[in-house]
Amino acid sequence: MKRSHRVNAVALAGFTAVTMVVAACSSSGSSKPSSSSALAASAPGITSSQILIGTHQPLTGVAAPGYDEIAAASNAYFQYVNAHGGIYGRKIAYKILNDQYDPTITSTVVHQLVLQDNVFAIFDGLGTPTHLAVVKYLNSSKIPDLFVASGCECWNEPSTEPYTTGWQIDYVREGKILGNYIKQHFAGKKIGYFYQDDEFGMDGVKGLDDEIPKSQVVARQSYNPAVTNVAPQVTALKAAGAQVVVSFSVPAFTALLKLTSLKLSFSPQLVVTNVGSDPITLAGLLESFAKQGGATVAGNQLTQGIITDGYLPSLGDTSNSWIQLFTKIHSQYLPKLPLDGNVLYGMAVGYTFVQAMLKAGRNPTRQDLVNAINGGLPQGVAVAPYAYSATNHAGITGAYMAVIKNGVLVPTGPTQVTDTTSTGAITTDNAAQPTAPASGIPSP
Amino acid sequence: MTLARHVGAALVVAVILVLVSIQLSSYRDYQMAEVAAYVVAVAGLTVLIGLSGQISIGNGAFMAIGGYASALVLIHLGWPLEAVFAVGAVVAALAGAVFGVAAARLRGPYLAGATLMLAVALPTIANQFPKQFGGDQGLSVSISTPAFLGATFPPTRWLAWVTCAAALIALILLANLGRSRVGRSWRAVRDDEVAAALAGLNVARLQILAFVVSAACAGLGGALLAVVTGIVAPGAYTLTLSIALLTAAVLGGLGTLPGALWGSLVLVLVPTYLTNVGASHGLSSAASSSVPIAAYGVILIIVMLAFPAGIQGGLRRFFGPATATPLTALFRRTPVSEHQEEGPS
Repeated sequence: MKRSHRVNAVALAGFTAVTMVVAACSSSGSSKPSSSSALAASAPGITSSQILIGTHQPLTGVAAPGYDEIAAASNAYFQYVNAHGGIYGRKIAYKILNDQYDPTITSTVVHQLVLQDNVFAIFDGLGTPTHLAVVKYLNSSKIPDLFVASGCECWNEPSTEPYTTGWQIDYVREGKILGNYIKQHFAGKKIGYFYQDDEFGMDGVKGLDDEIPKSQVVARQSYNPAVTNVAPQVTALKAAGAQVVVSFSVPAFTALLKLTSLKLSFSPQLVVTNVGSDPITLAGLLESFAKQGGATVAGNQLTQGIITDGYLPSLGDTSNSWIQLFTKIHSQYLPKLPLDGNVLYGMAVGYTFVQAMLKAGRNPTRQDLVNAINGGLPQGVAVAPYAYSATNHAGITGAYMAVIKNGVLVPTGPTQVTDTTSTGAITTDNAAQPTAPASGIPSP
Repeated sequence: MTLARHVGAALVVAVILVLVSIQLSSYRDYQMAEVAAYVVAVAGLTVLIGLSGQISIGNGAFMAIGGYASALVLIHLGWPLEAVFAVGAVVAALAGAVFGVAAARLRGPYLAGATLMLAVALPTIANQFPKQFGGDQGLSVSISTPAFLGATFPPTRWLAWVTCAAALIALILLANLGRSRVGRSWRAVRDDEVAAALAGLNVARLQILAFVVSAACAGLGGALLAVVTGIVAPGAYTLTLSIALLTAAVLGGLGTLPGALWGSLVLVLVPTYLTNVGASHGLSSAASSSVPIAAYGVILIIVMLAFPAGIQGGLRRFFGPATATPLTALFRRTPVSEHQEEGPS
């Protein structure tokens, strides 16, 4: 009798173990020690020798591929800064915890960072649904919540959430700039929309609709990121006769859109959000998805000609001082990862954090850091200025149009800046982007 | 008599928990609140599997129902917390009753499959109705610490108190139910449905009742977790959550309420502890984020090999006869008479 018991319990355990492997869970972190100098411990997380900051990132799970490079790239930039004098002599320690893109875990790990690790600030927390879980908590605890890695307009609420700031161009601005290009270059053509059915896609569509005449839009197809079959949407786009398809999608769904269109002999001009168009990520996804379907494709051939936009300098522009700087840091501190759009993003946002910390002063409090950003940050690594002020916590305000050629973004026009209102004009920003400092570290 | 004893024990535990929470750091208080939320959900599942002999891989979906119901009530109606928790439990119980009617017709792997479907399908409903449920980003839930505790009272300690109180009440009710006529009938049904039916028990009704109880517990757990984490969103109620609940129930010891506590402690504490160990040994964040997954599997295998009866079963083996209900296994087909008495198996 006891024996049969045991067998059943073991069988159930075995079953559970197998299922666990399918849907596993975890969390993670990293931090580095430091050297000393004569500075005061002016705030939680700041000692005389170190500034401790933390973040939540999807290091495992569905959102991990590609996005798991971002925090590592920021950390590589911080290592570079630490090796070259740090911030007023203090070294940055960056604790990266894995939230698996699950809002419950985000809440847990952010509580851990704030309550147990006593971080000075939360930096570049990734994702709209995940970060929304902690915005209220961080603001009620008065923790600086800088440069959220998501283009949701919701990070720009300085009156109710004064400690939270955005960074990348928001999806409404991006939609307006893409829409403006389509209006000018594809006048009279039939336009189809393909977008993710959440804040990300809907904000983008809002921007597009501000610019593209309604009569030109022949189909509006949304997808749910949990459903990987997009044939119904592509069929509808094809049936509507769309000549241009504009896509607010994450990279995996840009790839699915492209492959499904190929299968259905549908070849519209694709216009894709920056979020879903990193050529290296996209080429890899196209090749692996095609392989799963039993086909072989050349990723770079399929991305050829996709129209998109960029708010950071193009990785293909090897004469750009920022790309040179980040290429150097990449080869020294992060050689194992490809130098793609995610790595560029991570380093660029890391640079912006160092800008803000230097501006906050030698012995900053948390409020000093927020005040520094409210006073505005000088344009640096992005092609357009920041919107930061006491009444505006949006980040980068503009982007340039580009086309993908041979796996890199090739800019096709000047930087354009705009706001998030439906009537706000789109203007060309003729000011040249400042060059990267020779030291690679912003000046205070 | 039993009720008085359980209430007395719970009061002692409550005093200990309050004293412990005052000693602990804010973050440990937060973890205490998390454990309390999971204990309720795992206890409901352990009763379902251990006592009534049914299996559910879908209790994460009932947590979602409880979480969303309580969040909506809190946001739109502003009800007091105890009412909010009750709504979470009641709404999930209703859903459990509906599903239980179907479940009572299913057996073993087919029942598991049906509950699995629930776990996969239900959270996506939130995406279909973004106006009501906030879509992918969910609804944010925030509670404030009552004024009489003073402005400097740590919010996480209040969270720990609220959730532990709710969890203790739920556990008292479950313990009584397990000792009652209903609990005995569940065991009879679990051990031999035919014999139970011959003895005059309404098998289907008892099985549905077990589903309702388990769903109510999951709903309360979901409501507690929503308040602790401050959000309800589809991404929080994936299949992973349902599997984690099942794992916790098995690890702790199926059918035992203390087992639900051990399982929940493992669920909450092991990942944090192991990540810190991984990071302090110089592993990269990518590598140390995989450590808890591996360790979780290893712990599961070791516990099951060494103590097939789960952690609680292992403790009982070492520390002699305990008062808890006997350990039970799934799909057992033995005569009722041999298993009706209580005590160590």
